[in-house]
Amino acid sequence: MRDITLGQYVAGNSVIHKLDPRTKIAMMILYIVMTFLVKKIWFMAIPFAYLVLELILSGISLRYIVNSLKPIRFLLIFMFLLNLFFTSGEHVWLDLGFWKLTGEAVMQSCFLSVRIILLVAGASMLTLTTSPIALTDGIERLFMPLKVFHFPAHELAMMMTIALRFVPTLMDESEKIRNAQMSRGADFESGNIFKRVKSMIPILIPLFVSSFRKADELATAMESRCYHGGDGRTRLHQLRFQKTDLFAILITLLFVAVLIVTLVLFS
Amino acid sequence: MIQFDHVTFQYEKAETPALTDVSLVIEQGEFVTIVGHNGSGKSTLAKHINGLLLPTEGVVTVCGMRTDHEEDTLAIRQKVGMAFQNPDNQLVTTVVEEDVAFGPENLGIAPNEIRVRVDEALAAVGMSDYATFAVHHLSGGQKQRIAIAGILALKPEILVLDEASAMLDPSGRAELLETVSKLHDEGMTVVMVTQYMEETVGCDRVVVMNGGRIVLTGTPTEVFQQPELLAESNLVPPETVRIRDTLRTIGFTLSDRVLTAEQLAEELCPS
Repeated sequence: MRDITLGQYVAGNSVIHKLDPRTKIAMMILYIVMTFLVKKIWFMAIPFAYLVLELILSGISLRYIVNSLKPIRFLLIFMFLLNLFFTSGEHVWLDLGFWKLTGEAVMQSCFLSVRIILLVAGASMLTLTTSPIALTDGIERLFMPLKVFHFPAHELAMMMTIALRFVPTLMDESEKIRNAQMSRGADFESGNIFKRVKSMIPILIPLFVSSFRKADELATAMESRCYHGGDGRTRLHQLRFQKTDLFAILITLLFVAVLIVTLVLFS
Repeated sequence: MIQFDHVTFQYEKAETPALTDVSLVIEQGEFVTIVGHNGSGKSTLAKHINGLLLPTEGVVTVCGMRTDHEEDTLAIRQKVGMAFQNPDNQLVTTVVEEDVAFGPENLGIAPNEIRVRVDEALAAVGMSDYATFAVHHLSGGQKQRIAIAGILALKPEILVLDEASAMLDPSGRAELLETVSKLHDEGMTVVMVTQYMEETVGCDRVVVMNGGRIVLTGTPTEVFQQPELLAESNLVPPETVRIRDTLRTIGFTLSDRVLTAEQLAEELCPS
C-alpha cells in the first residue's frame, strides 16, 4: 500500500516507456478521438489494432489491462443491459409482448461496451507506462501555453507533486492515529456499515488537523528554499522531444487518417 | 554577517512579545547554538534570520541586507538556508534528487548546473547512493540530511537549523550533528537552535534565551560554569559537565575544558 504513489505504473524500458510524457498524453487524446469517431462496431477494429500495437511495443502484460478493467465491470454490465432494454429496432429476435429483443439493441449494447473497454484500456496504457512524476511534468508543459488565459498550469502540477509526495506520509499518520484511538478503546471492526463509517470520524478529524499543520510547515520550508511561484523556474529533468516521439505521433496520426478514410468510404 | 539590532517581535494576538530587545552579532564562519526551553523565543529568533518573520521593532541585517526590504528577500533566503524540525514536512517531492533540485529550480538555474549542484550537495551529506530513492523509504536522520542537501544546493553562506534534531532518534541526531560540524569545518556559518544542552558542546558560542531575551552568551565552557543562571532558564549543563562538577566537589582536580565523556575519561585516567 505504501507504494500507492506509483499508481499503476509498471517500470520498464520499452520504446513506449521512453516516450516523452507529452507525446503519450497527445497519443491518448488522439486515440480517444478515434474511438469517438467510430459509429459502427466493426470500425472499432482500427483503434483496437492501435491499442494492440501499443501493448506489444510496451511489453506490458495483458494481465494489467484486464486488471484495470475490473473496477468498471458493473458499470459495463449495467450499460449493456440498459441499452439492450431501451434501444428500439426493426429486426425483432425475440418478442415477449412487453419487450422486444432487437438485433439493433444487441449491436448497440456491444458497440458501447467495446467503446468503454477500449477507452479505459487506452487510458490505462498511459498510466501503466508513465510514472506519476513524469505525467505531472508532462501536464505542466502541455498546459503551459494556456498561461496566457491565466490557467494555473504550474500551480496545478505543483499541487499534484505535493499530493503524490504526501500520500505515504498521510497513510503512516492515519495508521498511527488509528492505533492511538484503538488503544483508547475505539472499535473500528464491528457494527453495520453506518456504524463503521461513523467510527472513522475519530481518525479523520485528527488527520485533517495534522494535514493543515503539515501544509503550513511545508509552505514555510518551501518559502525558505526560495519558492516564489512558477515564474522563472527551471527543472532538473528537462523533457526532450526526440525522433521517436515524432515517429509515435506520426504513426498515431496515420491511424487516425486511415480511420477517417475508411469511415468516409464505407458510410 | 548576521546582525540583530534591538529586535522586538510580537505575534499577532499575543499578549507579550516573543522577543524583547534582542541584539546579537554572528560572524562569518561562526558556529552558534541558541538554547532555551519551550517558548523561550529561540525559534522565533531563528525565523528572523531569513525574513520568515519580520521584527516589530528593530532591524535584522544579513550580509548587509535588511530582512524587511522585500526586494532582498530572495537574495537573503539564498544566503540563509534553513532546516526545520519535522523531516517529513520539508521535503517537497517524492524522489530524493528532485527534492534537492527544488531550491536551484526556484532560482532558475540552468538544468546542467542544477545536476552538478544536486550531486555535490548529496555527496556533501553522504547521501549520493540514495539519489533516486523515494523519500518515504528513508529514515528520519536520512530525511534530515536530504533536507540539508536541498539547502546546500542553494549554495548558502549560513545554515540555520531550527530544532532540526528534535524529532530524530539518537543515531539520527548523531548523523545530523556530524554532517553539520563537517559543513562548519568547511567554512559554513552555522546557527543551531536546540533545547538539548548536549548539542552545544562542539560549538563556538552558546546563546541562552529565556522569556524572549538573551540571558547569557559565551563559549560552552563559560556558559556551563553558570549553572545557577542556566537553572533560571530551566536548563541544566550537559550530563558530562554535571558529573565533572560533582567529581570536583568530592576532591578530583579536573580542568574546565572537560566537556565530553572522552575528555573526562582522559583526565581521570591519563594514559
